[in-house]
Amino acid sequence: MAELTNELLVQTLQEKFGDQLFDMHEPYGLVTVTTTRENIIPMLQALYDDAFLQFQFLTTLCGIHYPDSKGQELGVIYHLHSLVHNVRLRIKIFFSEDDAVVPTATNLYQTANWMERETFDFYGIRFEGHPNLIRILNVEEMEAFPMRKEFPLEDQTREDKINTFFGR
Amino acid sequence: MELAKQNTQIVTPDSYMQELTTLNLGPTHPATHGIFQNILQMDGEKIVSGVPTIGYIHRAFEKIAERRNFYQITPLTDRMNYCSSPINNMGWWMTVEKLLGVTVPKRAEYIRVIVMELARIADHLICNSILGVDTGAFTGFLYVFQEREKIYEIYEEICGARLTTNMGRVGGMERDLSPVAIQKIRDFLRDFPKVMTEFETLFNRNRIFIDRVENVGPITAERALNYGFTGPNLRAAGVDYDVRVMNPYSSYQDFDFEIPVGTKGDTYDRFMVRNEEIWQSLRIIQQAMDNLPEGPFHADAPEFYLPPKQDVYRNMEALIYHFKIVMGEIDAPVGEVYHSVEGGNGELGFYLVSDGGRTPYRLHFRRPCFIYYQAYPEMVVGTQLSDAIVILSSMNVIAGELDA
Repeated sequence: MAELTNELLVQTLQEKFGDQLFDMHEPYGLVTVTTTRENIIPMLQALYDDAFLQFQFLTTLCGIHYPDSKGQELGVIYHLHSLVHNVRLRIKIFFSEDDAVVPTATNLYQTANWMERETFDFYGIRFEGHPNLIRILNVEEMEAFPMRKEFPLEDQTREDKINTFFGR
Repeated sequence: MELAKQNTQIVTPDSYMQELTTLNLGPTHPATHGIFQNILQMDGEKIVSGVPTIGYIHRAFEKIAERRNFYQITPLTDRMNYCSSPINNMGWWMTVEKLLGVTVPKRAEYIRVIVMELARIADHLICNSILGVDTGAFTGFLYVFQEREKIYEIYEEICGARLTTNMGRVGGMERDLSPVAIQKIRDFLRDFPKVMTEFETLFNRNRIFIDRVENVGPITAERALNYGFTGPNLRAAGVDYDVRVMNPYSSYQDFDFEIPVGTKGDTYDRFMVRNEEIWQSLRIIQQAMDNLPEGPFHADAPEFYLPPKQDVYRNMEALIYHFKIVMGEIDAPVGEVYHSVEGGNGELGFYLVSDGGRTPYRLHFRRPCFIYYQAYPEMVVGTQLSDAIVILSSMNVIAGELDA
């Protein structure tokens, strides 16, 4: 079996999912691709089943919020790991805040269960088909999604706490 | 017993017909070693289903980190897996160094390896001795805690703190190993094997202990991988995945050590794998101490490494850099970086997205405890309550890391 390098991985990905991928780059030696919400589960499945690539380990899954990029405010980032080749892959998807629904990966990876619950808890991203999508770390009565950028930790414009020296 | 096929569904409409008992194990229970709750459905002594509730000590570290500069994030990482905080600290510094492109000198890397392996020993000692306590053997716990105290004294000598160490800096350590610290590490290397042998003699072939832990809570390698297990729990199931070997960081490629693996992934295997890892860590520390290179203990990165205090008073550049670092005026490059280290419990990952500002735009911690604890219901179903306690402590779930 040939050794899987980043160049080979990029080439294989382009052959397999050429038109579904965009913004492919390699920050700090980790191949990063962006795809669409519709393609993500078929893509994860194909990477999982591929006899050569064998991306069968979901290292982590997390949400991200870019309030300034209109129409693509929220994102989910998957870190996959091919333990056979010891190559990692990062896949990102972005979608609108108003329609924050993503198909679940729990059918592929059992471990996605709590990761998706955590992402839902903090970003309000609903994972369609998830067996038990409820809050995990925060209290159930909570209404906000606290990791979104509209909830700053400390209000910069507070006037009761002037601190000229430390700028916060 | 095939746990994989067990259904973890809790209450069914006719469950009252089966006369099940609901038992709240936790949130505060002496045997859970942390604040987390398990709502168990019991049929007599047998567990039918379990639902874990977590988040009791959630402190929103990922959110807090978005408003702190890189220096102020180490204290947060301390409080994740507080049994091995130096590993968390070093993992965080290595992530930042990767982002900033700082090369760490050999001596600093070796000192880091020594500290990290000491932390791993402390972490595994706690896990294994507490497992002994949960099965009713208090003696081993008392034996090894004497040695854990010595590890904490070494931390104290290196950084001044004991539990939440806040150790290291961008580019190396905050100070060199003092002669006292070196002496303490040498003493530890000399004395610890005796105690560890004693501990192993107490447990490894103890009939009562083996009866309590063998074939309790087994998990197959396939299920463990699917559940995202890493670290000793995965290796006990027979997968030799270790970040130190797969993606060597901090000069781990220089050392000669072995990765112990189990076969069944049961509680006994997890216990034995941790014991063997303690011996391997000792080997690594011994090699690092013997080959400790001379040279600087931190990188020459004045924009990120705090200058010595006496220079700040006398040297203009040092004063400027001191001011800029403390005020967080130095911008980081734009980029995203994932770095992982082999923590006490498995792959501890840091996913850092930087938008060029003084703070991370997004920081996500891959916390091994959080990820593998979700397999707990599957592992306890079909066992007895006393086994559930043993499985919990053999998985080494640390509440701080679970909830972050």
